[in-house]
Parts: sequence; C-alpha cells; structure tokens
Amino acid sequence: MTATTTVPAAPAPSDPLRQPKAAGGGTTRRRGPGRVAASIILWGYAIVALLPLLIMVMSSLRTNMQLATDPLGLPTSPTFAAYRRAWTQGQFGAYFLNSLLVTIGAVALSTAVSTAAAYALARSNSRIMRVLEALFLSGLMLPIHLAVLPIFYLFDGVGLIDSRIGLILLYGAGGVPFSVFVLGAFFRQVPGELEEAAAIDGAGPWRVFTTIMIPLVRPALATVAVFRFVPIWNDFLFPLVLLRSDSKYTLPVGLSTFFGEHANDYSTIFAGLVITTLPLIALFAIATKQIVAGLTAGMSK
Amino acid sequence: MRMRLGTAALFVLPALVLFGVFILYPMVTAFSYAFFDWQGTSRGAFVGFKQFEALFTKPPFTTDLPRALLHNIVFFLATIVLQNSIGLGIASLLHSRASTRRALQTLFAVPYLVSPLVVGYLWSLLLSPAFGPVNTLLRKVGLESWALPWLGDPTTALPVVILISVWQWIGFPVLLYGAALGGIPEEFSEAARVDGARPSQIFRRIKLPLLLPAIGTVSVLTFIFAMEAFALPYAVGGSTGNPGGATDFLSLLFYRTAFDSGATDAIGTSSALATLLFVVIFGGALTATWVLRRQERRLLG
Repeated sequence: MTATTTVPAAPAPSDPLRQPKAAGGGTTRRRGPGRVAASIILWGYAIVALLPLLIMVMSSLRTNMQLATDPLGLPTSPTFAAYRRAWTQGQFGAYFLNSLLVTIGAVALSTAVSTAAAYALARSNSRIMRVLEALFLSGLMLPIHLAVLPIFYLFDGVGLIDSRIGLILLYGAGGVPFSVFVLGAFFRQVPGELEEAAAIDGAGPWRVFTTIMIPLVRPALATVAVFRFVPIWNDFLFPLVLLRSDSKYTLPVGLSTFFGEHANDYSTIFAGLVITTLPLIALFAIATKQIVAGLTAGMSK
Repeated sequence: MRMRLGTAALFVLPALVLFGVFILYPMVTAFSYAFFDWQGTSRGAFVGFKQFEALFTKPPFTTDLPRALLHNIVFFLATIVLQNSIGLGIASLLHSRASTRRALQTLFAVPYLVSPLVVGYLWSLLLSPAFGPVNTLLRKVGLESWALPWLGDPTTALPVVILISVWQWIGFPVLLYGAALGGIPEEFSEAARVDGARPSQIFRRIKLPLLLPAIGTVSVLTFIFAMEAFALPYAVGGSTGNPGGATDFLSLLFYRTAFDSGATDAIGTSSALATLLFVVIFGGALTATWVLRRQERRLLG
C-alpha cells in the first residue's frame, strides 16, 4: 500500500512532452558523428516499434494466397475482403460493439463515481475520509485478476454471469483507485475561494460540485477517461471467464475463439487484429497528451 | 473549503459501494476460499493450510508450480534488465534533441496500446516457421540457419516471449525516464562539467542517483506486471504454455487449475495458488518500494 503513504507531492501528473526546452538544448547537444549515430539508433528503433504493426495492417489487405506465396509482399492490389469476412462471418462486428459498450459504460461509471468521491476526499479532513482514501488507493497495486474465482461466484449468485452489465460494473469498480488518485490530486490544487463565494450565494454542495468544480477539472477527467479506456478494451481474462455466449464476447475473447478455429485463415486473423487495435490507435492519435499523462501519473506512486 | 462529513459521505458512497462489492469483497473471499475443503462448488470444513500443502506435494503442481515460478522470475529479471537499460539509453539519447523528442516518444509508445493478446497472436504469425515474414526475411538475406521455429522450440520460446514483451512495453520506461531526466536541473551537470567531470561520470554520479525514484517505479510496476502476465503467454502458447510448458506462467497455471482441471477441489487449490501469488506480488512490491525509498534517502541525504 505504498500508494497510500505518498499522496502525490506534485499533484498534476507531470507531462514529459512539455518539459522545459532548455534541458535539451545548449551544451549537452552532441554534434557530428555521435549525433548521427544517435539519430540512426532512435529512428532505427522507431522502425522496430512500428514495422510489426505495419505488417499487420498490410497483411490484412492481402489474400491468403498472397500471404502464403510471398509473406513479405506489399499489398499491391489491396482488398478489404478479409475485413468483410471478419466483420460478418467472424462476428467481429458484434464483438466490436460489445467492446465499445462495455468499455464506454465502465469508463463512464468509474469516472462518475470517482469524481464525486475524489472531490469529497479532497474537501473533507475527517479521519474517516483519510481511511477511505487509503482504502481506495490501496487498490492501485491490487492484482484484481487473482480474485476472478470469487467474482465468478459472486456474479453467479446475482445473475451477472454472461452479462455485459456485469463487466461494466466490475471494470467500473476496478477503475476507482486510479481515477480517485488522479482526480483527488487535481481537486486539491483548486483553491477554495470559488466554492466559498458560491456557498455564500446560496449554492449547495452538489451545485457547487457540478457547476464549478467539474468544469475546472476537465483536463483530469479526460486523462482518467482516456487512460482507463485502454486496459478495459484490452482485458482478456474477465470476459473469458465471465461471458458464455458468443454474441456477448468482447474483441479479445472473440479473437481468441476465432484464432482457435480458423488458425489458417491468416488474412482474416490479421483483419481481426487490426479491428481490435484500430480504435486504440485512433484514440491515441486524438488524445496523445492524456495517455502520456496517464502513463506518467504512476511516477508519483 | 471544508465539507461536512455527512455530505462528504454521500459523495463517496457510490464509489465505496462499487469498489467494496466488486473488488474488496471478492479479494477478501479469495483468501478465505483457500482455507476450506471444496467439493465442486460446495464448501466443506475448514482445513487450515491443507490446500497450500497440496500445491507443494501433489501432481501436477510438484512439476508445474516450480517451473512456472521459474519462468515468471526469469521473465521479470530479463524484462527489468532490458527495459531499464534500453529505456534509459533511448531516453538519454532523446533528451538531447528537443525537436524530435515528442514525435519519437509517441512512436515508441504505440505498441503499448495494443492488447497483449493481439501482440501475442501477431508475433506468432510473424514468427511462424513456414509462412512467417521474419523467417522469410532471414532466408532472403542468406541467414537460412537462423530461420528457426522460434516459438515452437522450447529453448527459444521463453526468450522470444520476453523480447516480445519488452518490444511492447519499452515506451513506458522511455516516457518515465524522459520525464525524470527533464526534471534534473541542467545546472547540476553544468557545475560538474566545470569541475572537470567526464560525461560518463556525470551520468553515473549525478543523473543515475537522481533517476533512482523513476527506476524504482519502473521496476516495481514491471514486477507486478511480470508476475501477472497472462494474455501474452496465452496467445503464444495456449493455456498449457506450449511448447511442452516452455512458456507456462503462474497465471496460466492458476487459470488451468481453476477452470480447466475439472478436479473436485479446484476452487480450494486454485484459491491457495491465487493467495500465494497475491502474497508474492503485494509483498514483493511493498518490500521493493521500501528498499528503494531507503536507498533514495541514503543517496540523496
């Protein structure tokens, strides 16, 4: 429960993309051959990082025949046939919608409850609230996948097996520690004067919270929502164990079923891999800053 | 502005209920399961540590448990060495170039977004012995003898899984170390340089000690991640860790015990295994954090 001992000293997750420019310039800059070598290493590694993903996309645009005869070939006459097969016959269309529903539902749920909780924790100095905060933050390092068996029986008891709602509740709960951690740090940064002025004008706590505080912490809300999206979208064990019917599978489980049954249908598998990955790449493209902020939020732990 | 306890409690309640029901309660029951006798899903008598004894005395655990544990430890150690050295190296190279740092950091972080399951399937296709692009490329450039069944051979499978995992996660240490390096005032290196310190000395004596908190964070998170690894080995070698258990991990063993074994006391033994894993993960993470904190204090005074 290390997280509980140090509620972040520097509340806002530092953004490494906006570190002071001065640090990079000036005398540390190497010139000449050293700098060229560094460039080669860095761009070379960028190729290593991206080429496999590029091959994944290119292979999804080729036919099985082309993939078998020339695995390294380029998609000279790209075809989307594999995507059509994956989307309908492979049921990736249904899996995609399930993933979207579960992920968005869970992110909305955990962000909503965590924002309210984080605000109260930041504005109350009662000892009970400190204990509760410690309890939430202890979840940051909790390997919750190890509790899959009791979760299974809990769900079994209340009829949440094979239910997307069940997954939403579970992931929503799993997101509470991280969201409370990041949002709490933000709320603590907001000075109390605004709320005091609003209270004098007669606004109750709920109104102050919804009309003044939420707009102020919008950047943190974006970080929390975007950053939680990724692990929920990608999670495999919980839907594997908790879902039964094919029509409710999320993408990772659907993918593993498809891979098991059609191991030789390479191009359709590649298309399935792309379908599973593309939303996250799109999300990263529009919200790079939030994802990076989320990754480095762990620093203050 | 302070909030009254009653109001604060209302704000915290939804998060508390959600977190309590779906995370804390299953987590606590997970431990309790391990201390009872089980016949299918009905709980028998309290048996103390009998289930834990079974893990060390009964097949298949006598062979599978030490093997899986060894794989997790090798996986952790290799990952930590590679991630820290490559990550720190790349971050240092990036540090001296203000203009392309952002773009490169972003590129390196892309594989992090991809589901470990997708990464596993993708690489098993890329590395497939006959039709895989990797071996095709090796044959084309005359490295015929290197065109091995990388994931099919027990001797190469685990190292390849480690490399795949490092490939996926390297963006994380690059970002964290980048942020940490950006936080070190340039004056420190400047002063040392004026005093005649060589670049290697500046790195070892000034930057490395100041990077220790970041290195600690990466190491602890890598430990938790390595002990929990599930989706990647599942995709690469199935739930039995093919070939021949060469990619078996503790979480796979847990999954098999709980859901695939069909043994009547599956709940008891798998819960004992989960409890053991929990103690290792949580205890390990806590101890590591504690040791690192002490080191930091000693180094930074």
